[in-house]
Amino acid sequence: MNDPLRQPGESRFHGWLYLLPGMAIYLVFIFYPILETIRTSFYKWDGFSNNRTFIGLENYASLLVDGQFLKALLNNVTFIIFYSIIPILLGLVLASLLGRKPLPGLTFFRAGLFLPQILSMVVVGVTWRWVFNPTFGPLNMGLRAVGLDALAKSWLGDFTWALPAVGSVGTWVQYGFCMVLFLAGMQRIPNDYYEAAELDGASEFRQLLHITLPSLRPELGVALITTIITALRVFDLVYVTTRGGPGDSTLVTGFLVYRAAFQQNRIGYATAVATIMTLVIFIISLVVLRFQSTEEQT
Amino acid sequence: MTRRAWIRLVPNYILLTLFLLIILLPIIGLVFSAFKTDTEVIKGPLMPPAELRFDSFERAWTVGRFNLFFRNSVIVTISVVIASVFLSTLTGYAFGLLPVPGRKVLYPLMLLGYMVPFEAVVIPLYHFMNGMDLTDSYWALILPQIGLSVSFGTLWMTSFFRSAPRELVDAAAMDGCTRWQALWRILFPLARPAVLTLVVLVFMWTWNEFLLALVMVQDETMRTLPVGLAFFQGRYSANIPLMAAGALIVAGPILLVYILFQRYFIRGMLGGAVKG
Repeated sequence: MNDPLRQPGESRFHGWLYLLPGMAIYLVFIFYPILETIRTSFYKWDGFSNNRTFIGLENYASLLVDGQFLKALLNNVTFIIFYSIIPILLGLVLASLLGRKPLPGLTFFRAGLFLPQILSMVVVGVTWRWVFNPTFGPLNMGLRAVGLDALAKSWLGDFTWALPAVGSVGTWVQYGFCMVLFLAGMQRIPNDYYEAAELDGASEFRQLLHITLPSLRPELGVALITTIITALRVFDLVYVTTRGGPGDSTLVTGFLVYRAAFQQNRIGYATAVATIMTLVIFIISLVVLRFQSTEEQT
Repeated sequence: MTRRAWIRLVPNYILLTLFLLIILLPIIGLVFSAFKTDTEVIKGPLMPPAELRFDSFERAWTVGRFNLFFRNSVIVTISVVIASVFLSTLTGYAFGLLPVPGRKVLYPLMLLGYMVPFEAVVIPLYHFMNGMDLTDSYWALILPQIGLSVSFGTLWMTSFFRSAPRELVDAAAMDGCTRWQALWRILFPLARPAVLTLVVLVFMWTWNEFLLALVMVQDETMRTLPVGLAFFQGRYSANIPLMAAGALIVAGPILLVYILFQRYFIRGMLGGAVKG
């Protein structure tokens, strides 16, 4: 875009006046702390003494050997299945089944499907802690009511089941979003494409593969970025439901940062985890954006 | 539509209803629980309450101190929304329509914050605020949240101003409008849908924000609603009606805004805003 012509008597830097207040707050309270986080990750510090020693990459080295970080990272990756892959698949299935036909009342369904997106994750966590409650939670009560007492368990306190239980809350939060997103995208695809395909005798599945999926590429990009980032950032939900337990079975990187920095006073270690977490989110965002923009050119 | 066309839609409605019920049932159960007694709760989660009792809401509000949390959340959220939308309008206007030397560096610099998780910011921020004696103050909750919101707001408003009709801007300049007047008299009224979307998104993010408020506040009376609810649940987790009432107090205002401005929420979040 060309710069608009300058107005008479206007300084070259007139635009900066408009940037100044917003940018100043951003730089002081967001950007500078990011740089500080990175810098601190090369130090050993307990958070309150003046005794801050430079230790180079030692924090990063201890991340790789102590098991906690790798465990947390692995749990985040597992959460990608629950937060991203399952919701996207469910969204695609629903959108391809009912995407093209006009459906009166869709606005109502859309509003309901979207609901978990606007709720505080603390509220979501409180709700699901109740659902999973071993004695008076609806899930176990339902299982007992149909005679499946053996399946009733302490979902959030179980070493095997806590992670899938918390993960499925993520699926509950995200699938409506993916459905709404893909349904919106389907409206854009011209009907002729499908009519032509039907004339050629292409099956529903082939239509999904060759028309629907390629046309939904922008929506797939948005869905991938937002759900993967959410899976990597999980904190509130884990804090409220399990605090990373039992043991470290639902530990995620976000909770590890909090625990190391604010409960164990291991500031260097915590900032190293935060730095890696940011870097991973960053790289994934760029890769997906890149993938999208190259696809658009073809 | 003809009868046959309606009948063909039935499987679609069944499918949609099924997916909708999975989302709504836990929420409906929670709403019911908030009005029940302790003994009623264990009879069945989806049984409507025998009568509408507001005891749990009263207890959460007074004994649970949700009245204070509510006040704190309102003060923080309103301040952040007003400041962020105003400042993002200015930055978006500058990046979208004004000559800005160094735009190629400044614009990406600003957008960086949009991808960054609060985890990457909160540790130095805590020590920084602590050093200035600002922890346990509204400033510690408001200023960083403005910083983060302006980052997304800049992206959002810049794309609006870039698509704004240039003839209008030029005509305004010919009529002798200053840049400032052209923004507020001509462009801002046009930006209403974009601004409303930004308002509801920033409202939602700030109202639901958890980590920052958890870290910055030690004084119980300064807690916001989500942090208040998290501690409340630690203490009363066995009292389902009380927990449910607390959760509904936290969710109430955002639900109200959602019902009124649903279109703007959905548009904004489909545009790629990440759930915080």
